[in-house]
Amino acid sequence: MGNEATIKSTGSRVDEEVERGIWPKLVYVWRLLYRDKAGMLGLAMFLIVAATAVFSPWLAPYDPLKQDLMVAKQPPAYSEKGDMSHVLGTDNLGRDMLSRIIYGSRVSLTVGFFGVLIAGSLGMIIGLISGYVGGRVDSFIMGGVNMILALPYLVFVVFIASILGRSLLNVILIFGFTNIPIFARITRGEVLRLRESGFVESALSIGATRTRILFSHILPNLLGPLITIATFEMSGMIFYEAGLGFLGLSVPPSTPSWGNMLATGRQYLTIYPWIATFPGLAIVFTGLGMNLFGDWLRDVLDPRLRRTKR
Amino acid sequence: MTKILSVKNLVIKFYTFDGVVHALNNVSFDLEEGETLAIVGESGSGKSVSMLSLLHLLPMPPAKIENGEAYFYGNEEEPVDLLKLNRSGISKIRGGKIGFIFQDALSALNPVMTIGRQISESIIEHLGLSHAKAKEKTIELLKRVGIPGARQRYDNFPHQFSGGMRQRVMIAVSMACTPKIVIADEPTTALDVTVQAQIVDLTKELQKEFNIAVVWITHDLGVVAGMADRVLVMYAGSPVEIANAQDLYSNPQHPYTIGLMNALPNVKGDGDSRLASIDGIPPDLMDEPRHCQFAWRCPHAFDRCWEEIPQQVSVGENHVVSCFFDVENGRPKENV
Amino acid sequence: MQRYILSRLIQSFIMLVGVLFIVFFMLQLTGDPVALMVSRSASPEQIEELREELGFNRPVLVQFADFVGNAVKGDFGMSLRHNQPAMELILERMPATVELASIALLFAMVIGIPLGLLGGANPGSIWDMLARGAGLIGQTIPNFWLALILIMIFAVNLGWFPSFGRETYQFMGLALPTKSVILPAFALGLFTMGQLVRFTRSAVLEIKNEDFVRTAYSKGLADRRVYIKHILRNAAIPLISILGVQFGYLLSGSIYIETIFSWPGLGNLLAESIGNRDFALVQAIAFFTSLVVVSLNLTADIAYGMADPRIRYGE
Repeated sequence: MGNEATIKSTGSRVDEEVERGIWPKLVYVWRLLYRDKAGMLGLAMFLIVAATAVFSPWLAPYDPLKQDLMVAKQPPAYSEKGDMSHVLGTDNLGRDMLSRIIYGSRVSLTVGFFGVLIAGSLGMIIGLISGYVGGRVDSFIMGGVNMILALPYLVFVVFIASILGRSLLNVILIFGFTNIPIFARITRGEVLRLRESGFVESALSIGATRTRILFSHILPNLLGPLITIATFEMSGMIFYEAGLGFLGLSVPPSTPSWGNMLATGRQYLTIYPWIATFPGLAIVFTGLGMNLFGDWLRDVLDPRLRRTKR
Repeated sequence: MTKILSVKNLVIKFYTFDGVVHALNNVSFDLEEGETLAIVGESGSGKSVSMLSLLHLLPMPPAKIENGEAYFYGNEEEPVDLLKLNRSGISKIRGGKIGFIFQDALSALNPVMTIGRQISESIIEHLGLSHAKAKEKTIELLKRVGIPGARQRYDNFPHQFSGGMRQRVMIAVSMACTPKIVIADEPTTALDVTVQAQIVDLTKELQKEFNIAVVWITHDLGVVAGMADRVLVMYAGSPVEIANAQDLYSNPQHPYTIGLMNALPNVKGDGDSRLASIDGIPPDLMDEPRHCQFAWRCPHAFDRCWEEIPQQVSVGENHVVSCFFDVENGRPKENV
Repeated sequence: MQRYILSRLIQSFIMLVGVLFIVFFMLQLTGDPVALMVSRSASPEQIEELREELGFNRPVLVQFADFVGNAVKGDFGMSLRHNQPAMELILERMPATVELASIALLFAMVIGIPLGLLGGANPGSIWDMLARGAGLIGQTIPNFWLALILIMIFAVNLGWFPSFGRETYQFMGLALPTKSVILPAFALGLFTMGQLVRFTRSAVLEIKNEDFVRTAYSKGLADRRVYIKHILRNAAIPLISILGVQFGYLLSGSIYIETIFSWPGLGNLLAESIGNRDFALVQAIAFFTSLVVVSLNLTADIAYGMADPRIRYGE
C-alpha cells in the first residue's frame, strides 16, 4: 500500500532524531510526554509519592509512632466527630493516620526501588549471558526462568516470607530475587531480537569487537524495554509488599507501612472503617500513577509500537 | 463497449501524526465491461490506494477522501457513486459486484478458517444460498481454479497450500459471486515466474468466461504487456498517462513512461545491453503538490512544469497524458 | 501435534521435579527447619525431640530422597496442628477454592472479553474509555483492599451479602454456590477481568490491521460477522493460554480473599498454616497448587495446539 512507505520513513526519521545524543533525546521524550496527558498525570502522581517519601519528616504533622490513647479512633476531619487536628483521623492506638500514610510511602518505595534494582541488574546480567552465549547455557537458564515464572508466585512469596521472618531487608531480598526471571526473560528476548535485526553482524563485519557491540549497541537498546518493565515491576512489588504486610509477613508491626495499616484496619473494619480505607487509597494512587506512566513509557520506548500507534 | 466504472477527480490524503500525506491527486479513468486495465507505478504512487478507496477499504482515519466521484454501472438499477454509499450499500458491492485479489495470499487469508468456509461465506452472504448449496458451489469453483482434490481440500487451512495454490484460492474468493469487476492488487509479486504465468492465464480465462473487467495493479510493465487492454501509469499519486497497451508501448507520450520503457530489458539484446534508469528519487508525499510531480527527474522540464500541475489531456484515441511537453516534436505543447 | 504434546508433557514433568526440590530446600533456607516450627518458649530438649520425631536429624540428602519418595505417593506428612495428613486437608478444602475461582473467572470473562472487543473495535469511543478504565482499575486496585471496601459497603452498610463464610445449596448431591460467593468472587476476579479486557482490546486492535480482515471486508461481510468469525476467532486462540494462566492465578492467588471472607478454601488453609508454623502443610499446599497450575498450563497449551490449525496440522 502506498502509505506504508511513508509511515516507515517517518519511523526512521524519529529514530534518527533520537540517535543524536542524550540531551536531545531527553527533550524529545519530554515532548512526547507532554503530548500524552495520561502519561503526564501518571508521572506527576508518581513524583508526588516520591516527594512524600523523601520529605516525610517535614510533611508529616505528627510522629507516626507516637501513641495518644486520648485521641484514639478519632474519625477523619470530614466526619462530624472529627476535626482538623487529625485530618485523616487516628488509628486504634491514637496514631495519626496521615503521618503514618506519609511515612508508609517510604517502605513501599524502598522495597520497590531496591527490589527492582536487584532484580533488574541480576536479571539483566543473566539474560545477557543467556542471549549472548546461546546454546545449552541458554536452554538451561531459560528452562529455569520459565519454570519459576510458571509457579504460583503468591504462594511461594508467602512461603519464603514466613520462613525468613519480618524485616525490611528480607522483604527487599524476597522481591529482588523472585523477580529476576522476568527481567532475564525480557533481556534475553531483546538480545535475540537485536541479534536477528542484523546490525550486530554488520558491526562485526566492519571490525567492531564484541565488547564494543555490547556497550554501544546492545545495552542502549535494552534500556527502553527494561525501564518500562521496571516501572510495572515496581508497582507490582508495592502491591505485593502491602499484601504481605496485610498477612503480617512484611516489615515489623511497629513500622508504619500501608500493608501493616491495612492489617490493623481490617480488625476494626465495621466500626472504624477509615483505618482500612486511606492506606488502600494510597496504594491505589501510587499504582495508578505508575501504571499510567508505564503504559506511556511502553508506547514511547518501544520503537515497534511507536510506529504503529496513532 | 459499455462503461462499468467511471472515476473522476479522485483526491485522497492521509492525515498522519507527522503531517499530511498527499496520496492521490486528481485521478480520473474509466473502465469498460470485460476489459483489463493495468495500473502501473512504483510503490507509493497511489495505485493501490486508488482502488482500495473505491471500496472503502482504506483505514479512515488516517485516510480521507477529499474529492471525487466513482460511478459504478454494474447495478441493475441506477448507476451509483461508490464513494457516497453507506456501509450496507458498499457491503453489497464488495465481493458481490467487485471482487478483490490481494498480493500475499498467505496473509490475506484467515489462518484459522478453512479455505472452503472463506469462499462459501461470501456466497452465502451475497447469493443467499444454504450452507450445503454454497459448499457445492465452492467445490465447483475450487475445481474451476485448478485445485486438485477440491472436495478434500475444502476443509484445509491456508498454510496447507503452496503459494501458487493459495493464490488460486484467493482468485476463487474474489470471483465466487461472479462480480462485474475484479481488482487484482499485485497478485503475482510473491510468486515464482512460472507460477506467475499460470495465475495470469487463469485470471484471463475466468475473465473471459464470466465477462469480468479486471483492474490489474502492478509495478511490472513486463506482466502488463501480455494481458492488459489499457494501461494507466501513475507517478507520486498522480496519473501521468492512460493509453491502449499497444499504443503505450509503441508510442509513449509522457517522459516518465518513456523512462519506464527504457528501463525494460531488451529481449533482442542488440546494441548497448545496459539498462537505462531514471535519475533521482520520487518526491516526498508530505509536500503539497504545486507543480508537475515528475519535474525533479524529468529531462524535459521547463519553466511551466515548475509552476502548474498539468491536467489530463487527450492526445489521440483513448490516449490521455498529463504533460506540458510534446515529446514527439521535442518542444512545449501550445494548446494546453 | 503428538510431538508438541509430548514435549510439553516432559517439560511439565521436569517442572514438577523442580518444584519438589524448591519446596524441600526452602525449609533449609534458615539452616534449621525445626527451629521454625516450634514456639519461641520451647526448650532445647523439646526441639531435639521434635527433630528426631520428624527425622530432621538425618543427612539432608536422605531427607530429600525420603520426601520425594513420599511425595510421589501423595504423602506430604502430617499437619502438626490438625494431626491429619496434609493431603487430606488439602483435598477437603479444594472444592471451596475451585468454586470461588471458577465464578471469579466466569465473571472476568463475561465482562472482560466483550468489553475488550467493543473497545478494540471502536478506539476512542465511550466503550474504549470504559475498556481502558476497566483494564487500569483491574491492575491498580489491590484485591485485599477491594475486599474490605466491598464488605464495608455491601455487607455492613447495605446488608445485601454475607460478609464472611461459604454457604452452599445442596441439589442432587451437588453443592451449588449461593450469593455468599458473589463478593469474594468479584474481588478476586477484578484483576483477571482487567487483564482480559487489556488482552482482548489489544489483540483486536492488532488483528484488525491484518490483511485477512481486509479480505473479509472485501467479501462484503458485515462488521458483526468480520468481528466474530474472523477477528475474535483469531484472538480466541492466544486467549486460551491466557485463560489457563489466569485460572491458575485465581486458584493460587485467593489467599487474601479467602482469609478476609473466611472462605474455607486452600488460600485460607495456607494463611492459617503459616500462622501456626505448620510447615509440612505449607509445603504440601505449595506443591499441590504448583501441580494444579502446571497441569492447567499444560491443558491450556494442548487446547491452544488443538485450536490453532497451524500447530494441529504441524508446520
